[in-house]
Amino acid sequence: MIPASFDYVAPTTVEEALAALAQYGDEAKIIAGGQSLLPVLRMRLNAPEWVIDLGRIDSLKGVRDEGDSILVGAMTRHCDVATDPLVAEHAALVARATATVADEQVRHRGTFGGALAHADPAGDLGAPALALDAEFVIAGPAGERVVPGAEFFQGLFETAVSEDELLIGVRIPKHTGWTAHYEKFVRVAHQWPICAVGATLKVSGGVIEGAAIGLTNMGSTPLRAAGVEQALVGQHATEEVVRSAAALAADGADPPSDLNGDADYRRHLVTVLTRRAITKALGG
Amino acid sequence: MTAVDARPEQATEIGRDRRRKEDARLITGRTRWTDNINLPGMLHLAMVRSPFAHARITGIDTSAAEESEGVVTVLAAKDFDESLGVCINAWPITPDQKTPAHPPVAVDRVTFAGEIVAVVAARSAAAARDAAEMVEVDYEELPAVVSLEEAVKDEVLAHPDLGTNKSALWVFDSAQAGTGGNVDEAIASAKSDGIVIERTYRQQRLIPAFMEPRSVVCDPTGEQITVWSATQIPHILRFAFAATTGVPESKIRVIAPDVGGGFGGKLQQTPEEMIVFAIARRLGKPVKYTETRSESLLAAHHGRDQIQKLTLSATRDGQVTGLKVELDANLGAYVAIVGGGVPVLGAFMFNAIYKFPAYQFNCQTVFTNTTWTDAYRGAGRPEATYAIERLMDELAAEVGVDPLEIREKNWITHEEFPFTTIAGLTYDSGNYEAATANAKEMFGYDELRAEQQQRRADNDPVQLGIGISTFTEMCGLAPSRVLGSLDYGAGGWEHAQVRLTPTGKVEVITGASAHGQGHETAFSQIVADRLGVAFEDVEVLHGDTQIAAKGYDTYGSRSLVVGGEALVRAADKVLEKAKPIAAHLLEASVDDMEFTGGRWTVRGTDQGMSIGELSTAVFAAHNLPDGVEANLDSEATFDPENFNFPHGTHLCAMEVDTETGQVKMRKYVCCDDIGNIINPLIVAGQVHGGLVQGIAQALWEDAVYDDAGTLVSGSFVDYLLPTAADTISFDIDHTTSPATTNTLGTKGVGEAGTIASTPAVVNAIVDALRPLGVHDVTMPCTPERVWRAINEGSAGGETTGAAAAHFDPSTGMSGNVDRTEGDVQ
Ligand SMILES: Cc1cc2nc3c(=O)[nH]c(=O)nc-3n(C[C@H](O)[C@H](O)[C@H](O)COP(=O)(O)OP(=O)(O)OC[C@H]3O[C@@H](n4cnc5c(N)ncnc54)[C@H](O)[C@@H]3O)c2cc1C
Repeated sequence: MIPASFDYVAPTTVEEALAALAQYGDEAKIIAGGQSLLPVLRMRLNAPEWVIDLGRIDSLKGVRDEGDSILVGAMTRHCDVATDPLVAEHAALVARATATVADEQVRHRGTFGGALAHADPAGDLGAPALALDAEFVIAGPAGERVVPGAEFFQGLFETAVSEDELLIGVRIPKHTGWTAHYEKFVRVAHQWPICAVGATLKVSGGVIEGAAIGLTNMGSTPLRAAGVEQALVGQHATEEVVRSAAALAADGADPPSDLNGDADYRRHLVTVLTRRAITKALGG
Repeated sequence: MTAVDARPEQATEIGRDRRRKEDARLITGRTRWTDNINLPGMLHLAMVRSPFAHARITGIDTSAAEESEGVVTVLAAKDFDESLGVCINAWPITPDQKTPAHPPVAVDRVTFAGEIVAVVAARSAAAARDAAEMVEVDYEELPAVVSLEEAVKDEVLAHPDLGTNKSALWVFDSAQAGTGGNVDEAIASAKSDGIVIERTYRQQRLIPAFMEPRSVVCDPTGEQITVWSATQIPHILRFAFAATTGVPESKIRVIAPDVGGGFGGKLQQTPEEMIVFAIARRLGKPVKYTETRSESLLAAHHGRDQIQKLTLSATRDGQVTGLKVELDANLGAYVAIVGGGVPVLGAFMFNAIYKFPAYQFNCQTVFTNTTWTDAYRGAGRPEATYAIERLMDELAAEVGVDPLEIREKNWITHEEFPFTTIAGLTYDSGNYEAATANAKEMFGYDELRAEQQQRRADNDPVQLGIGISTFTEMCGLAPSRVLGSLDYGAGGWEHAQVRLTPTGKVEVITGASAHGQGHETAFSQIVADRLGVAFEDVEVLHGDTQIAAKGYDTYGSRSLVVGGEALVRAADKVLEKAKPIAAHLLEASVDDMEFTGGRWTVRGTDQGMSIGELSTAVFAAHNLPDGVEANLDSEATFDPENFNFPHGTHLCAMEVDTETGQVKMRKYVCCDDIGNIINPLIVAGQVHGGLVQGIAQALWEDAVYDDAGTLVSGSFVDYLLPTAADTISFDIDHTTSPATTNTLGTKGVGEAGTIASTPAVVNAIVDALRPLGVHDVTMPCTPERVWRAINEGSAGGETTGAAAAHFDPSTGMSGNVDRTEGDVQ
């Protein structure tokens, strides 16, 4: 498992990183935690001439309070996101989902930004980010721009970040007081989800005031189960409401077929998992 | 010179849960694995492998690769002569078996994706890998036959020149053999007034997935050519080099240093070993090749891959009357070293612990354009055990009784041992009643049955199932005579030597070369007890043909029951030699000598001396009896008369989520009878690991090819190996019916867990779902299959032959990928 040889540069600021990207263009690849990139290099599925390491850019690490939202730096590792107090308080669904990613080793290297930029439809972080109306902060030669989730995820392994740009952080509107659960379905513990559902809810006096439901691996990008959300909001949180809302989870989904299950099976599975995610988010 | 004190009399090593001597160096990585061996001037190899399952090679252009930095040479088949040797099949199961020549480098046709077509030798492994990418091979694709079902039709041929995909048909028939009745008659009569159960079970293809990838180093610069290989079989490998390359055996030294697991996957003479040997000789330089994990999954031999058509006949009340097995076994592209024989090892085990009056076994081995198959933990016996234990559950369901009851009705009772079975084997000892009673008790069988009833009554979405496997197996691969009668190309004895050093330490040399099982510890315990020396003073040497000159290596749970017994005999010879010397030194008559607690004493006196003191005296040789050699060292070769038959009762409770098809293990209990136990801790390790490997066949592992013959589960993302997080804590215990065929009374335990657990798990899943009309779930029992079984009443059907593309090339590019293609190599 030896990658083809490449040159390596480790800038310490976003500007330097952008300059390196501009200089090496499509001969360069960015490395964040390396958990997805390195296997590709080692299996020689790709052989960039330059690898630009974001690991020394301190400004990309950590979670900041920005008033109405929190900003998760792209280079914040999964293990730090999963245990961060701001994330736990204002974006519980992200904390829950991040804790299920891979295993301890991978979580100590892999990063929030790397996972989202990688845009694996089976990745656990896209659906929660989408459900929480996260905005993606992208830096490029012309400065920074901010892209909503629906535009960020463009297809399989495809995002709005172009070759001369970097994802530098993700801004998540505060969902303080929302309960959350991420229901991940796997065959073995260290696996990507066959299908997963993130549910986060705001309930007051038994009535569901807010609902955000994200689906993982139900299409080429993370999906939001808008129909389910609509069926929940304004309703009393009863078993029957949850059941009939969850039954809508597969609407509009176009899941893959692979060794772990075909599309029909996933379409069924997602309804069960949605029901369970909502029920658990409700404390059941 | 120091003499060593004899150990206190009461201490016995056998039965103690000694921590393994070898673990510190293995676990901390301080040992020298083959890949850690670096020699001056050493070159590195990279293999160019076929991406096609079946193709004609129309041209190989190595020029760009040759120009690449650090490259010494690039070789294709035409560049080698016959000194490259061939890969041998040591077990032609019938005289007319079709056995295609198996060259280490494909000549003009590739027969599976992963076959080697060219080799690069370079100054570094990275340079070799870089250059391998530059070798241009032109292929003309040929139709490939991938599945067993297609191959038996003989429409597309894996080897067109053979004219058929069928390699050999091996048959055992109890009427013909004179061991029992005619099975067709038994089935015919059950059709009119009894029960006939017909089932087809699939043993999916598995990958041994040992922890240390295969690695081989060859140093041709000495008087002997030295080969280090991560192999289970250094002795057989040396024989194969000599037999096929023309290099005299005396000029070859093979070393298996510490080896990181094998599970049968390193019971092979590999193309890579032959290539390294040839290139080292050709260039006159040390050469190394270490496979990548991807190569290991792709091209190291696979295991299982059988379709079993089974017919069981019984009386209406469930007394078995006959069993007929029609089995197709996928060989892959070649007949590997014992590849054809693996299913035949199961031939004697389908009848298991039950008293069948008629039995027939037919095994058709079949070629396909896939990686060749061979031994994998249990080799033949897991398949047989799965079939019969699944069938016994089906029979119980048909009769309407508890599956334990149907087993009890048909099994050999403990009074009946030794018992000669319908397959012609004589089981020496066992007690199925005792093991079952113990397992039931540990399991809380009746409580779990009650809970199962409750869940059924409540229509609980999570149903509970109880699975049973009352297995036996034949192991301790030996009886050379029996192996000979099966046309196996080698013997099965084992050799041991015990040497005493001047300071009274003991060196034990064994031909059974360990690859992680803990031989050094267990063998030390045996010798410590036998000679009365300290455990720490015994050193076990193995795995180097210069030190352990004779041996048949490690597989088939043979090391202890064959190798351990050879060791006992060698140690006893040491004592025989020591006796007259001790008598002489103690000025006593030989007849008055006694050996207890590690000391020779003169009966009725307090005079005595330890083996350590004696070995010092023998070293000095100042005062030996006349005509006695100054040497206590001894050796022995042991060839048992019979196989060895561990057995046990395994009980498994599975929860099945009927909404998702997800299964979850609730409880697993086993009571294995493996005779006397040398080291309970090592045994527990073997049982735990074995269980997990068997459970993994039931639930997770599956080597899947797509229709073109590309291995879809080519990485651990798609080939699902369990970790500790996926298993539960097992409850294990033992009953003890000592083996009568070795003096230690031991039975093999290396494969038992794997053999027993697979049917226990699947039986539990089917048991949970039987009220829903399910009577089978195809392995591995994925949630999708279980869900389909519930909803469609099938066995779950085929899964989609595509990988999930987590490590997609697009990670490095912005391009789009079709996830359904899954052609990651
Ligand atoms: C064994 C294993 C199991 C896993 N299981 C799971 C799982 O269950 N769930 C899950 O969600 N993930 C899983 N992962 C993936 C893991 O979450 C990775 O950490 C993640 O996909 C990539 O993050 P990274 O920081 O390692 O990125 P890298 O591998 O370094 O980069 C990934 C890609 O994103 C690009 N990139 C990285 N950062 C940026 C940036 N700031 N701007 C623009 N482009 C960027 C890189 O160029 C590369 O193409 C698993 C990984 C492994 C190895």
